[in-house]
Amino acid sequence: MEVALDWYLALSAVMFTIGVFGVLLKRNAIVILMCVELMLNSANVALVGFSQSLADPTGQILVFFSIAVAAAEAAIGLAIVIAIFRKKRTVNINDIHLFKH
Amino acid sequence: MDLSGAFTAMWADLPAIFSMLIVGAAGLVVILMEAFQNRDPRIPWLTAGAFGLAMGWEAFQLGTAPDTAFFEQLRTGGYAAYINLLILGAGLFTTLVSPPYLRRLNRNFGEVYALLLFATVGMIMLGTSNTLISVFVGLETMSVCLYIMAGLLREDEGGIESGFKYFVLGAFSTGFLLYGIALMYGTTGTMHLPEMAGAFPDGVPLLFWAGVGLVIVGFGFKVSAAPFHMWTPDVYQGAPTTLTGYMSTASKASAFAALILILFFALPSAQASLVLAVLALITMAVGNVMALRQANVKRMLAYSSIAHAGYMFVALASGTTAGYSGALFYLLVYTVMNLGAFGVLALLEWDGMAGRKQTLSSLAGMGLERPVLGASMAVFMFSLIGFPPFGGFIGKYYIFAPAVSAGLTWLVIIGLLFSAMSGYYYLRVIYVLYMQTAADVAEADRAPEGGFAQPAWLSTAAVALCAVLLLVLGVAFSGVVDVTEMLFIQADAMAQTP
Repeated sequence: MEVALDWYLALSAVMFTIGVFGVLLKRNAIVILMCVELMLNSANVALVGFSQSLADPTGQILVFFSIAVAAAEAAIGLAIVIAIFRKKRTVNINDIHLFKH
Repeated sequence: MDLSGAFTAMWADLPAIFSMLIVGAAGLVVILMEAFQNRDPRIPWLTAGAFGLAMGWEAFQLGTAPDTAFFEQLRTGGYAAYINLLILGAGLFTTLVSPPYLRRLNRNFGEVYALLLFATVGMIMLGTSNTLISVFVGLETMSVCLYIMAGLLREDEGGIESGFKYFVLGAFSTGFLLYGIALMYGTTGTMHLPEMAGAFPDGVPLLFWAGVGLVIVGFGFKVSAAPFHMWTPDVYQGAPTTLTGYMSTASKASAFAALILILFFALPSAQASLVLAVLALITMAVGNVMALRQANVKRMLAYSSIAHAGYMFVALASGTTAGYSGALFYLLVYTVMNLGAFGVLALLEWDGMAGRKQTLSSLAGMGLERPVLGASMAVFMFSLIGFPPFGGFIGKYYIFAPAVSAGLTWLVIIGLLFSAMSGYYYLRVIYVLYMQTAADVAEADRAPEGGFAQPAWLSTAAVALCAVLLLVLGVAFSGVVDVTEMLFIQADAMAQTP
């Protein structure tokens, strides 16, 4: 069964919005990390949908790159969160506020 | 597609990415060397050699005609060579000043140099990209390395916090960028920047503008344009100072180069001009106003780098080839003066926390005690204000003049007022360095007895070279300006031919 492009775009828009609001509203660093992943994956859904409807594989090539990048970013991100937890015993971003404006 | 033919074509393209290959290979070798011998003293020299070799190669490519490589993924020729030279030069400077500095912080790991090399590979890819795929891959290669470099002082509360903030906001902006790329691709049906301009013969759909907007937001984070600048001061304050200099110059240079390529090839109608002008206005205002009240010099320089991103957006807003070539020239000047300023700060650092607790007053009188560093810092500060006869003055001229011809006189007047205002916080550095002594400073702000290390001769020479280069750029600028203008005339000719 062929699913129309609009549905993919709607799904990706909803995922992207949830991701953005999650990053802005959540206080736990791990949850923020997950929301960032959600944003990247929403873009992947849109890319694959566009790629399918355009009958052009370039979009799917970028998806492979973005999956690899997301994995690398998650690894770095978790390492940084672990380092900050060792130092501060918390991952709540409200407690990470050494620098003042 | 005939795959064997593709393979031969890729072999033939290898010289086009010579500098990327040499820098990347050096990074791998550095990791191996570090695995066999911790803190191998040869590592910085190898790194510097790789940068130097790649710079030599790129210098010969400056005059070549623009072309593309790897199935139009990357651009080669003059434009690419100019940007690569800038990035590699920044890498070389950082490699020269870093070893003694990192040794004092007890962080002279070989991995730092490997990250520096890998980040440079990403920057080269970003600055020479011809498709949105290479924009994304290059930007992420660069960013992932920079996140680690920012959090290098992970035992220090401020150091790890700076890495954390950089990571969270950087990853957040990546989401915007990737979504914008998806929308631009979906509406135009191509990833190739030059093909995008002709994709809409009858009316541009709203979805494409949404994509462009998201991409500009993503780049706004990377070049720290207001209102996406919140991370900049915190990250710059906590990151190791020499690496901060690298972050604030090379990564911005390559991100601006990619943004110019996108604006020049994908949106030639200059319809984004008003958005960029507003972005420029806000960025200049936030950078200059906030810099006024900073006691920490690194934080002040962070806001100053925001302000300078604003000046560069003025040039981009003009949307003409003259504006873009002015921005390229300004990138060169900005890189030299900012690298130098951060280099001096690194050499005058005593708190062992990447200078995050050091106030400006703690540097009182150092201009006379370290004459070379003091004089260089004075040159950098005058150049940052835009004072003749230094490079900063000429750079500002080539940024503001095209904007006036493009009818953005109001923006230029505001920009000039802000740069006059910036004189206050830049000149204060010179005042403290020369006119004050340690006795004038409150006890809490004073450096401990013998806190200032004797700077290494190589680092001092590198900083002094930056100052001399600024003087040269301020007097004999016409050669460089000719080059940057020619790059766009060539690129223009290339955009015309299908």
